[in-house]
Amino acid sequence: MEGLKIRKISKTYDGKKYVLKNVSMDFMQKGILAIIGRNGAGKTTLIRILATELMPTKGSAYVEGIDIVKEPTRARELMAIVPQEARTIPWMNPKQQILSYLLYRGFSYKEASSLALSSIKKLNLEQYANKLSRTLSGGTKRKVMVATVLASEARIIFLDEPTTGLDPISRRELWVLLEKLKKDYLIVLTTHYLEEAEYLADKIAIIDNGRLIISGSIGELRKKAGHEYSIRIEGDKELKMPKVANISKIEKGYQILTSQKEAFAISEKLMAQKIKFSTNPVSLEDLFYYFAKRSINDEEESDEGEW
Amino acid sequence: MVMKHRSIISQVLASILINAIYAMQNYPIMFINTLLAPISILVVITFVSHGALVGMGIEGALIMTAVMSGVSMQGDISHLKNDLKLQDMVVTSPTGPMAYVAGMGISEVVFSIPVLILLIILASIYLHPTLLQSLTIIAIMAVMFVFSVSLGFFLSTLTTDIIQSWGFSGIVTVLLSTIPPVYYPLSYIPLPFRYIAYISPTTYAAQIAQAAMGYVNINMTSLAIDWSVIIAVCIALFIIGYKKARWREP
Repeated sequence: MEGLKIRKISKTYDGKKYVLKNVSMDFMQKGILAIIGRNGAGKTTLIRILATELMPTKGSAYVEGIDIVKEPTRARELMAIVPQEARTIPWMNPKQQILSYLLYRGFSYKEASSLALSSIKKLNLEQYANKLSRTLSGGTKRKVMVATVLASEARIIFLDEPTTGLDPISRRELWVLLEKLKKDYLIVLTTHYLEEAEYLADKIAIIDNGRLIISGSIGELRKKAGHEYSIRIEGDKELKMPKVANISKIEKGYQILTSQKEAFAISEKLMAQKIKFSTNPVSLEDLFYYFAKRSINDEEESDEGEW
Repeated sequence: MVMKHRSIISQVLASILINAIYAMQNYPIMFINTLLAPISILVVITFVSHGALVGMGIEGALIMTAVMSGVSMQGDISHLKNDLKLQDMVVTSPTGPMAYVAGMGISEVVFSIPVLILLIILASIYLHPTLLQSLTIIAIMAVMFVFSVSLGFFLSTLTTDIIQSWGFSGIVTVLLSTIPPVYYPLSYIPLPFRYIAYISPTTYAAQIAQAAMGYVNINMTSLAIDWSVIIAVCIALFIIGYKKARWREP
């Protein structure tokens, strides 16, 4: 199994404005790749291209070595998607929903019935199996959607914002489920929730304005940023630390992104000044803002005419 | 899990289950809706003509049932695609557009079974068709079904929400059933308005059916032209639907 290889994917609808620009990355055979970015960054466009719903303008991707542009039919045998805003069919129950989807994938009725029941069991949905979808809670409906694709033979699963709109408990439940499933599947998910990506992902891709800003595990992103620690200082008092580079004003104080060595020195200075502060490993949220800000600065400096 | 064989019959069955069997199980009101459209016009025509046009009305209702399959399918596919995102899930699966549309089309026929049964009973009472006449009407219905399903799928892929889809349904229904003389003879429409009726393929289909039962007299050349028109329109719509309908978006 060769996993997922994305090669210079670009997408434009009008030939002028690019929604995706030269996106390339590789991902392993199994685990979770989280694509994060702001609204309109290009996450859904990328996932729809990878799932063969949308043609790229340039470039391609390979799933287990199969070109999704040239051989979509073969690629589709390996993949399944739960699109953004996908809903369970209100006049069907979860058993019927999963069974029907498996029939679309070409299973016989008998095989589909058996696999549907297994998937319902695997995701602890037995008590809802025969209830009409319109009577289920939002969280259960999402679980049913995930159960639907997982019941199939597909090993590459695309989940476009799977937890958007869910309450914190339902979201956590889905996280636990995905955490278990990632051992057997290659899951590509998009999300607005940075803590979700941090919790689940083996690899994170940050997309902004159609460009892949950076990708890697959370540890790799910290290394690439050169910042392992985040120091948050309370209050808006003027600080006496002119040599600190990555200091930014945040709500109710300041934030310094820094290396481990520097973090000790800064902490000592802050303590000497009797300033309240906290030191934590750099979160994905910190990294996201750091890379997004850097990307905006780079873009302002770069030649727009290139595209 | 390695799949040995993917069944296209299963793929067609999936659409029939989703769009007809499970829907009928849980929303029985849809039966009444399916019955109402063709039967209501038949009743009105029968009353207004004091029973003189009941035979033509039954033929018209049969043709309209076939045509309405495509109109209904357009709305159903649009809902499944835009509101529930089912079509996106199907695109990213081994099912191709032909199997999907065939299943959706057949699901509309399954939905029409009650009205078809009622119309067949009425036909056996009022029309007494011979085998050849029955086959002619079935052939017309089949051509109109393929035409309307191709048109319905093509339109459904262009819609982005259900409101737009309702707009298309309304226009297509008026152009194919309300304006053309499907339930009564073409000669009832005064000139020059009669020429407008010729725009709709259902006019030609109704004329063949009416001639087959002896309600109107048309020569062999006109009959050949009528058949040629409906078959040509059906093939053209099928090709447009196949080539232009968007499965994987450009």
